[in-house]
Amino acid sequence: MSEHQVTTAPAADERSRVEAAGAAPRPSALHRLLDSGAGRNLGLVAVLVILAVVGVGTADTFATASNLLTILTSASIIGVITVGVTFVIIGGGIDLSVGKLMALASVWATTVATQSFGPVVMILCALLVGMGGGLVNGLLIAYGRIVPFIVTLAMLISAQGLAERISGRRSQIVTDPTIGAIATTRLLGIPLLVFVFAAVVAVGWVVLNRTTFGRRTFAIGGNAEAARLAGLDVRRHTVLLYVVSGLCCGIAAIMIASLTTTGSSTHGTLYELDAIAAVIIGGTLLTGGRGTLIGSILGVLVFTTITNLFVLNNLDTDVQNIAKGVIIVIAVLIQIRARRTSP
Amino acid sequence: MLLAMTEPVALLTMRGIVKTFPGVRALDGVDLDVAVGEVHCLLGQNGAGKSTLIKVLGGAHRPDAGSIVLDGAEVSFATPHAADGAGIATIHQELDLVPGLSVAENVVLGHEPARFGFTRPRDAEELARALLRRLGHPEIPPRRELGRLSAAGQQVVGMARALARDARLIVMDEPSAVLDPEEVRNLFRVIRELTAEGVSVVYISHRLEEIRAIGDRVTVLKDGRTVARNLPAATTPTADVIRLMTGRSIEYVFPSRAAPEDSGVVLEVEALSRTGEFADVSFTVRAGEVVGLAGLVGSGRSEILETVFGARRATAGTVRVRGTQLRRGSVPAAVRAGMGLCPEERKSQGLLMGEPVYRNVSLPVLSRFARGGFLRRDAELDAASAVTAQLDVRPADATRGTATLSGGNQQKVVLARWLLRGCDVLLLDEPTRGVDVGARSEIYALVRRLAGQGVAVVLVSSEVPEVLGLADRVLVVREGRVVHTSASDELDEGRVLDLVMEGEARV
Repeated sequence: MSEHQVTTAPAADERSRVEAAGAAPRPSALHRLLDSGAGRNLGLVAVLVILAVVGVGTADTFATASNLLTILTSASIIGVITVGVTFVIIGGGIDLSVGKLMALASVWATTVATQSFGPVVMILCALLVGMGGGLVNGLLIAYGRIVPFIVTLAMLISAQGLAERISGRRSQIVTDPTIGAIATTRLLGIPLLVFVFAAVVAVGWVVLNRTTFGRRTFAIGGNAEAARLAGLDVRRHTVLLYVVSGLCCGIAAIMIASLTTTGSSTHGTLYELDAIAAVIIGGTLLTGGRGTLIGSILGVLVFTTITNLFVLNNLDTDVQNIAKGVIIVIAVLIQIRARRTSP
Repeated sequence: MLLAMTEPVALLTMRGIVKTFPGVRALDGVDLDVAVGEVHCLLGQNGAGKSTLIKVLGGAHRPDAGSIVLDGAEVSFATPHAADGAGIATIHQELDLVPGLSVAENVVLGHEPARFGFTRPRDAEELARALLRRLGHPEIPPRRELGRLSAAGQQVVGMARALARDARLIVMDEPSAVLDPEEVRNLFRVIRELTAEGVSVVYISHRLEEIRAIGDRVTVLKDGRTVARNLPAATTPTADVIRLMTGRSIEYVFPSRAAPEDSGVVLEVEALSRTGEFADVSFTVRAGEVVGLAGLVGSGRSEILETVFGARRATAGTVRVRGTQLRRGSVPAAVRAGMGLCPEERKSQGLLMGEPVYRNVSLPVLSRFARGGFLRRDAELDAASAVTAQLDVRPADATRGTATLSGGNQQKVVLARWLLRGCDVLLLDEPTRGVDVGARSEIYALVRRLAGQGVAVVLVSSEVPEVLGLADRVLVVREGRVVHTSASDELDEGRVLDLVMEGEARV
């Protein structure tokens, strides 16, 4: 490039771009706001606020610190899984195996044999089992050319079976005191699990938004063929996405083993649907290429808060599930409208 | 007058049809007359507007201006269904049939014989069998799954479907492209039977000898306009037809070529083959040379380009860049060796439409802007903006959404990507398709400038003047083989069209 071109240096960050657009309005400012991740998340923030108002109005204990920590703690495990699922879905895939991969990892890490090696080996075991499952998923999808839905559905079923086989369908008690202490430890009054959740979200956000890995994930999910013709190694990247998802399952496995003091094949049942639902209402396109991690996490918080409200008000879970279903549909309807109005 | 005696009864009259897409005026005043019971041929180069015109006729596009009169009444088709109801059936190049359904189910698709809401498969099969017999293909079983038929067989089913609709006007878009000579003869027999019954046919083909054999009158399109209508198909001299197809209202200015120098060979393609697509393609490109591949859609030219790039895996042959042999079927290997491709389908193959411009530009060189995997976005945006500014991409803001750009500017974004990457070999597939006139000249100038800087360029284009104007050397591709190679000075448009279209006399 021999000529040096002076470019107006627009703010690199999307959020500051949105703010800039708000400060100096262009015709498309509203569209851009609606179209941006932050704009789509505004709806979810509003839902959370409404839920909070309802909570305060119906239950005296809702707005207490301990209740808010309860919400965050119960969000932490599904939240960690949702981070991995967000990567996969933005990358154009789907992962149905997460709940049972977590169960399998929790079982494998809590067998009598594994526990005899101590907490470090238990944690490594859970992470390796999760990543191994993800690796198998990724290889079958990227190199075996089987659609992700089928591969991860098969993984869900076989991980369930393997977890039952290893555990003999019994809950394996966590005897290791260190692992057991993870769920009971508090720092500054906040449970350690919440810190783990926050750390995974923070790392996930940075990787997704600030690294070449994250950028390539968006590119491959947005248009795999264009990414391939631009020279990206789409298949290798696809494998890595499922490994990331598996890694999150491994982390979640340790968290749930600690929280319930058991490793069990019954852990994580239907977690895949909760995670996918959170990702979708968080504004991520199920077809890939677009989405935000913050949206997914807000989605998790919305669902967890609903559960909390229903528990506080002694309402049945069936009503709660109806409400969740309705919220999914409304959120997606709003997204479709927002996309139509955007240029 | 003699003419008055033969003046046919008009079935369809289209006047002044205009259809504009963002950045392109696809139709700019098209007239078409079709008489009852005639075979009316539509001729024109790729991009002349034939496909857009038949989509307007079939209700897939709504024209911006102009009138369509059918049987004396002005009509306007909002949907393909409306056109269908008016008795217009289109047999598209890409057949709009459902591979997973049976032959009979395809024939009656959308109009299944039914009683009380229950389909009557027997009736459908009877109908299909009768129509297939009439079409000279009684051997096609109505219950066979359509996807298991050959391309020609599927074509026949497409015709049966048009007949099942009792169409008064059947539009056939290059029906002979997938047929062998025997099947073409059969197709013509069916067409003659149809016209004898008063059905009209609009017939599109690149093969002039077919048009002579089956056509009654010819309308020629060029650059979205009708340049001649109702010429007698049998007697109009070929030279006149080609002159009408090629004579341009817009003269593109091609930048002058530097005298070819004795530079080193950069790209060597040797005996490259891909089963079913092309065979035994060999050529070399020197630094600073532009080599053009001329050929029809489906001749294998795009497949050759994509195979050279590794996007398709060659079944035989080698590709070398500066002497280094590339791994087959590996795009990353080709890109590492300094190759870049601007693909044929910009939107589906080239761009991330949902992402801002700068992210499309930086895609192949992301790691250049990363430290330990972390992207330095300012550096990325600055570098991408510098290239898009150099190419005068408008609007200049590289953070704009790619989907908001015009076709020409989108093409520049794809080019900017490889400019930023820095290429020794640039492969361009239809670089000016859907690109407006202004951006065209800029792209031409850019290609010549890159060649001037020593880049080896391979250009595929349906537009013969573009190939002749830009390339130093031209390879003519027909039916998966290179049938002619010469310096572009030694060729003219008519000669290339001749080579490109020269079907074996099929009828």
